Amino acid sequence: MMKKSRTNILNLLITSALVAVFGLASSSNLWAASGGDEAKEEGGGTDFIMHHIKDDYQWHIITLGHTHVTIPLPVIIYDHEDGLKVFMSSDFQDEHHNPIPHGGYYIDHGKLFKLTEDYVPSTSHSNDSHGEEVSENEHREEDSHGEEAAHVEEDAHGDDHPGMTQAGFLDISITKNVASLIISMILLFAVFLTIAKRYKKGLGAPKGMQSLFEPVIVFIRDDIAKVNIGEHKYERFMPYLLTLFFFILFNNLLGLTPGAANLTGNIAVTMCLALFTFFITQFNGKKAYWTHILWTPGVPLPVRPVILIVEVIGIFTKPISLTLRLFASITAGHIVVLSIVGLGFILNNMAVGIAGTLFSVVISLIEILVAVIQAYVFTLFSSMYIGQAVDDGHH
Amino acid sequence: MDLLIPDTGLFILQTVAFIILLIVLGKFAWKPILSGLKEREQTIESALLAAEQAKKDMQALQADNEKLLAEARAERDSILKEAMDVANSIKEEAKEETGKITAKMLEDAKATIENEKRAALAEVKTQVAALSLEITEKVIRKQLSEKKAQEALVDEYVKDLNLN
Repeated sequence: MMKKSRTNILNLLITSALVAVFGLASSSNLWAASGGDEAKEEGGGTDFIMHHIKDDYQWHIITLGHTHVTIPLPVIIYDHEDGLKVFMSSDFQDEHHNPIPHGGYYIDHGKLFKLTEDYVPSTSHSNDSHGEEVSENEHREEDSHGEEAAHVEEDAHGDDHPGMTQAGFLDISITKNVASLIISMILLFAVFLTIAKRYKKGLGAPKGMQSLFEPVIVFIRDDIAKVNIGEHKYERFMPYLLTLFFFILFNNLLGLTPGAANLTGNIAVTMCLALFTFFITQFNGKKAYWTHILWTPGVPLPVRPVILIVEVIGIFTKPISLTLRLFASITAGHIVVLSIVGLGFILNNMAVGIAGTLFSVVISLIEILVAVIQAYVFTLFSSMYIGQAVDDGHH
Repeated sequence: MDLLIPDTGLFILQTVAFIILLIVLGKFAWKPILSGLKEREQTIESALLAAEQAKKDMQALQADNEKLLAEARAERDSILKEAMDVANSIKEEAKEETGKITAKMLEDAKATIENEKRAALAEVKTQVAALSLEITEKVIRKQLSEKKAQEALVDEYVKDLNLN
């Protein structure tokens, strides 16, 4: 009894410490964001929120006063002309964290640009002497776009980036999301390869991590795969469904930790996962599946072409709904938490801030639930689609 | 990197990463885990079935024992009954025999008594005869003078005796 209550207190302490760290991490960011640049924050906390939700070329951990603590990440670019190029994200910033061009490229607010021949470097960075820029300097004199040079620095916000293009190269940088993706991969390997070792040793009662994940694996097998795909065919899809579920779950939960990337709230990631399900579904489509789509049996002849159109659209709406559901629920959850945390700073009210922080803790707990539910839902729908495709047509 | 426009680089890297995850986890994690789970489930199931079978066997054995016991009991009863019958019949026989013997003994006794009686009577007769003779002798001795009369008297007596 004594031991149990002690561990309970310990758990409570750890939980409250985590909550405090989370609150601190988000609030200090916002504090800096709202206090540091009053002018930029005039449109509310949108920039602050978007900064947290979107991908970035560097990993921003915390801002203490005016010091940004960031982890620089590699920027890898495949230039269609010059081939592969590797930089560090820190190369694209000066000591005041203002964007500067580097190696013919320029990063501004999470966007990578290639400098074109029309690019006019600003006078303040003329000491950065790169070969391309020197040659571009000559252009500037001729074209006499003097005011545009300042424009690049002042209004870096806008979409208007003269002398820059987003075409002509492929950006495969290790961004914040990619770094998070790699971390989640390492975590998945660490967890499941360790668990797998126990099963390789032969029979034995589940222990430790194994007893945490085994019921989940059994649940996915018995209540998702077997039910939706069928007793005889589910085994082939188990590796995919398990990988899918745990990938989404781990990244959803990682996304809730302070300062982490928003990987499963990124539409490229959710689209990629949905396309996996899409292709697996189509490639495993049996005769019954295609006849159902192309020439639905048991329906009056005049209606069949209409159903054909609806079904063909249905093939494509399925992955789109998968993509958007996961993307929207995770991103929306983050926006809500950040908005509530930000409320106190925007209204400049201590009471609202305290209430908001407490409320954001509640929302964060709901977010944990959402993280699990969305992983479940994505896996469930994937298995349903696969189940429809592999069905033999015995209704 | 807009919110709603998928980023090509991230998409490519995500695809590559997911394929690596699928292959590595599929081969080194899910395969042993799923087969291990299956094996364990089958073992548990067969163990449960074996336990059930053992229980059934036990019950059957118990039923057999009961049957055997019942049979034994029935046999014991029948043996007892038989023994009792035999004993009874022996008793009856003995009784009959005893009755016969008793009857024979009684008959014998009767016969002996009859014989004894006859003998006794005969002896009494002889005794009476002897006594009569003695008496006669004494009478004779007393009436010796009248020999003829005496003899007539004797004859008379003897006649009387013979008539008895």
